[in-house]
Amino acid sequence: MSFLSYLINGLSLGSVYAIIALGYTMVYGIAKMLNFAHGDVIMIGCYVVFTLMSQYGVHPGISILAAILICTCLGVVIEKIAYKPLRGANSLAVLITAIGVSYFLQNLALLIFGADTKSFTSVVNMPPLHLAGGKLTISAVTIVTVLSCIVIMIALMLFIRKTRAGQAMLAVSEDRDAAQLMGVNVNGTISLTFAIGSGLAAIAGILLCSAYPTLSPYTGAMPGIKAFTAAVFGGIGSIPGAFVGGLVLGIIEILGRAYISSQLSDAIVFAVLILVLLIKPTGLLGKPIQEKV
Amino acid sequence: MAMLEVKDLQVFYGMIQAIKGISFEVNEGEVIALIGANGAGKTTTLQTITGMLSAKAGHVIFEGQDITRIPGHKIVTMGMAHVPEGRRVFANLTVYENLKMGAYTRKDKDEIARNLEMVYKSFPRLEERKNQSAGTLSGGEQQMLAMGRALMSNPRIILMDEPSMGLSPIFVEEIFHIIEEISSKGTTVLLVEQNAKKALSIADRAYVLETGTIALSGDAKDLMSNEQIRKAYLGE
Repeated sequence: MSFLSYLINGLSLGSVYAIIALGYTMVYGIAKMLNFAHGDVIMIGCYVVFTLMSQYGVHPGISILAAILICTCLGVVIEKIAYKPLRGANSLAVLITAIGVSYFLQNLALLIFGADTKSFTSVVNMPPLHLAGGKLTISAVTIVTVLSCIVIMIALMLFIRKTRAGQAMLAVSEDRDAAQLMGVNVNGTISLTFAIGSGLAAIAGILLCSAYPTLSPYTGAMPGIKAFTAAVFGGIGSIPGAFVGGLVLGIIEILGRAYISSQLSDAIVFAVLILVLLIKPTGLLGKPIQEKV
Repeated sequence: MAMLEVKDLQVFYGMIQAIKGISFEVNEGEVIALIGANGAGKTTTLQTITGMLSAKAGHVIFEGQDITRIPGHKIVTMGMAHVPEGRRVFANLTVYENLKMGAYTRKDKDEIARNLEMVYKSFPRLEERKNQSAGTLSGGEQQMLAMGRALMSNPRIILMDEPSMGLSPIFVEEIFHIIEEISSKGTTVLLVEQNAKKALSIADRAYVLETGTIALSGDAKDLMSNEQIRKAYLGE
């Protein structure tokens, strides 16, 4: 029974990684850049909820909406100020800028909220689920997290398949210039991608902090890197890949911590990444790289 | 009044001037060829017209409206389509999805469906392969798809950049035949080609670009018999 309980915890953590990884993978697919500040947007979202709920006693639902809204705007602003001027610059310049933005957000949080670790109050106030005569307990946060991930995933797939904006995203991810010739507003599409990715980051952050309730300016850094790993693991640029990658990574991390070593669990995660990349360089669901004729 | 007018256009890549103040015009219903060697500035000219590049100086006037500073994605809605060099089809989308992307700016579903019928009629091969991903098509088929995709915006003028590049002689024939057909249906064509002989054979008038300036212009037939042209571009 403990295995099942670990597995469920893994699924829950993996769902959070998957939601973050969706943001990474969409931005990579459409803007062709790795937004290393993505993890820190998570942390900002958590601080928004924490401040509203714990200091001003705002209702959790409203706090969550506020966090999503603020992170969405933050993502768009970051893109406008930091990345858009570098459109067409070499990818290393963009990467370094993204790392710069990441440090900027961390230090901004340090300045505003202080260095001390805050204890985050879960936004899910429901009793846990007891199964198998009380032998298996699943917390409400876990259930909400997994369900959110599935809903987000399906909604995103439908959005891309069924809407004009989604088709525009597909076209931009394939060929930016050709998309523009079709009448797609490329800058608008990239902004929208950052908006969606950052909004999702806020949700992921709130779920993460509800399950692991400590909050500091560096809260987003590690999950950010893990989710990036998940995105690469599943095949960067692929939305189902981010989903699968996130889930698998979360499960490996929790099982590794439980059965092998709690200190080595991160190392195990990254070792698996290296293995996958050695065997299938484009990730689990990544498309084979096509040679341009 | 000319349908498309390019006035004293200058374009730079960083410090290097690619287009050194060229002027030309395209009248409604014409097929105009822009010929010249590699690096003469043909592609740059087309890309500047449709807003993929920005002009340093000069003007592009389309149907009386100055479109020089209009963002590229808005130009297609004005009735100008551009078939880019190298085809640039969306390789992972199907043929049908590519064509649908061509109608991205249009709203009327019935009209889009009628337009699709027309494209399939002109390019039966595309209909046969409508569910195939575009990346699996041959070069000639991809060229057809790129042209069909441009036609899906129902343009009044279509700009084509090197449509015959890298194609087998049979496909070259077919592509030029289709360009004539597009023209006969009333769409104005601005054609950039390295294959000067074929381009001149279907064009009404032509402009010869040499290192960013227009060296010669005139009736396509006259240019065909021009000694200088025959030597430099027709390989005779």
